[in-house]
Amino acid sequence: MDFDFTEEQTMLRDMVASYLTDNYSFESRQAVIKSGAGHRASVWKSFAEELGILGASFSEEQGGLGGGVIENLVVMEEFGKALVTENYLGAVVAAGGFIRHSGWKGGDALAQSIVSGAAIPAFAYAEPQGRYNWADIKTSAKKDGANYVVNGHKAVVAGGPDATHLIVTVRTGGGQRDADGISVLLVDKKAKGVVTRDYPTVDGASASEVYFENVQVPAENLIGAEGKALPLIERVIDELTVAAMAEANGVMDKLNSLTKEYTKGRKQFGQPIAEFQVLQHRMVDMFINLQQSISMTYMAAMKVTSDDAAERSKAVSSAKVQVAKALKFVGENAIQLHGGMGMTEEMAVSHYFKRASLLRFLYGGEDHHIVRYEALSFGKA
Amino acid sequence: MNLEFSAEDNAFRAEVRAFLEESYPKDIAAKQAAGEELGRDDYLRWHQILASKGWSVTNWPVEYGGTGWTPTQKYIWQQETARIDALQLISFGVSMVGPVIYTFGTPEQKAKHLPGIREGTVWWCQGYSEPGSGSDLASLRTKAVREGDHYILNGQKTWTTMAQHADWGFFLCRTDPDAKKQEGISFILADMRTKGIEVRPIILLDGAHEVNDVFLEDVKVPVENRVYEENKGWTVAKFLLAHERSGIAGVARSKRGVDKIRQIAGTEFADDGGKLINEPNFRRKIAELEIDLTALEYTELRSLAGENAGKGPGPETSILKIKGTEIQQRITELALEAVGHYGAPYFRGFPNDGDNAHPIGPDYAQQAAPRYFNVRKTSIYGGSNEIQRNIIAKMVLGL
Repeated sequence: MDFDFTEEQTMLRDMVASYLTDNYSFESRQAVIKSGAGHRASVWKSFAEELGILGASFSEEQGGLGGGVIENLVVMEEFGKALVTENYLGAVVAAGGFIRHSGWKGGDALAQSIVSGAAIPAFAYAEPQGRYNWADIKTSAKKDGANYVVNGHKAVVAGGPDATHLIVTVRTGGGQRDADGISVLLVDKKAKGVVTRDYPTVDGASASEVYFENVQVPAENLIGAEGKALPLIERVIDELTVAAMAEANGVMDKLNSLTKEYTKGRKQFGQPIAEFQVLQHRMVDMFINLQQSISMTYMAAMKVTSDDAAERSKAVSSAKVQVAKALKFVGENAIQLHGGMGMTEEMAVSHYFKRASLLRFLYGGEDHHIVRYEALSFGKA
Repeated sequence: MNLEFSAEDNAFRAEVRAFLEESYPKDIAAKQAAGEELGRDDYLRWHQILASKGWSVTNWPVEYGGTGWTPTQKYIWQQETARIDALQLISFGVSMVGPVIYTFGTPEQKAKHLPGIREGTVWWCQGYSEPGSGSDLASLRTKAVREGDHYILNGQKTWTTMAQHADWGFFLCRTDPDAKKQEGISFILADMRTKGIEVRPIILLDGAHEVNDVFLEDVKVPVENRVYEENKGWTVAKFLLAHERSGIAGVARSKRGVDKIRQIAGTEFADDGGKLINEPNFRRKIAELEIDLTALEYTELRSLAGENAGKGPGPETSILKIKGTEIQQRITELALEAVGHYGAPYFRGFPNDGDNAHPIGPDYAQQAAPRYFNVRKTSIYGGSNEIQRNIIAKMVLGL
């Protein structure tokens, strides 16, 4: 049993951190967001070529560094600290998860083009009515000769505007919420009939509503077994949840340090407000919340590779309950302790708070995950 | 990062389990199962069994009789001893004054005191708190006045746990009344049989005699009983507090407590006639408790890993104290809630010995309320949880 990062993982962290310090300042991030983009092609190019981090979690045969979940965790912690808006979660973590766990024949080729930066997939799993039930899918795919014909609407596809491909959960059989009959397709975003409405999200990133209108998708783009993909999807979303929690820990780390510095500098009643015990204890509880979240994220990162689906999901859901509660506590209190300044667009803290608030509910918030944990821990009531 | 146990670790676990099954006294286990109070002899007998195996002071350096276990082995040890609910050794010797003596003591002090602590032949108590000095410990007023080769101690200590069983005590005393408050304190060992020491019981809200007042009146203690320099006792006290906090998380014991709640809730009925464990509100409380306990467990494992990397128990162990005690309290609260009506009967001194009447309520209900009452202490003692937050604010966050 050990909790240490390897030397390579520490080097990866240092490299990402140093790149972001030099190239991803809060001011430059804000300027890009104001211009309407959540994605900078130049940054993605650097991720691919200068840093090589897009391959950190891919195998060496696929042009990667042979890492996995822990490498993604390291990258995402640093991304959280710098509020990176580029869609690593979809393009690397989700796509990488599907490639790793599906045995799909096209996997190596897709991996290679992700690692080189040529392909940037986004993961289209949510639907307007489906909430956090990954089996609630109306988007249909009907086999027609050598193709599937896809029709439907995917909601709030993160990174959609800058994606080259979409990994789409579809229904190839069964009823709207059946566990059976679910499949996964890789869709070229330029395919005829793919219609997107792009928009910014409240955290400075961007997303799309994606409509499929009789889109022809080659049958060889089926990832995993037809109609049996729900366990695969759940596994990938568990891995995404771990990566999102790592990002959350980076975000909370910054929320805590910004709050500490602010309260040390802000004077009221003739003294720095950090000297008031009621604020000190609040900041201690923010610190404890973060430490508990880091512990749970590491636990989940180590268990998410288990082949026992129940153990894996229970670990991830218990961690997300902790992290979601912590995001609320740390985020809301960071604003509170900044007082009126925390309400302004000018201060970095408000932007970390906005990302924290979305991360809390991304892939399900504390309510979704405690219900899932209970079902796995107690059996159905 | 990985959670795998090595083959050596698994072999170690098997060895520990076999030893515990073989060696843990059946009569003590029976007393515990029946909820009977345990005495000095029970604790010391188990301590001596561990000592003869060489496993009584697992947290000490090897040169003083420690086991040299890795953090993983210590974790396994905690899990396995909790699994059979083995008595925990009284901490005042092995976790508190022992480390103080091997860290700050003279060769003579080490030779005189460490064997008795290790072997479980000497029972220690802690003379820290006073009626006017709780969280503000450094305001203590018990005096030690130098007279030739002796100190003369006068004052009153309180909340002295199990002092009624103690052979020796360690006392914080003021040796320089004129110094700033932390700077005039010394750490002094005293034989509890010394003339002038009087121990009087304090009965707690659960009816138990666990703590005492200790009155010191012209108690004559040789100067060689002072540990570390005169007026530097606060350094020793702070060191001891850090050691007192580590291990206070009590994860393995709390896991056992949660299992017990699950058993009770699987037996008791909810208002709708179903089992309590299937009642959504109660189930949610158990789930939240389990998740918080997992977070504590992995925070402790990270902390142990840090200690293994050469960092001593630092101020961040205050997290373990705060969260560990909150969880212990929630476990007893859920037990009291789970037993419903039968939380009310009071069993101390009732039924009378020899009374064979039908028992009142289920066995597991009998201690539910007293335990809930008793563990309120955990967020108060060892530096209250508010003081722990002050420690983190100052030592970790630099506020």
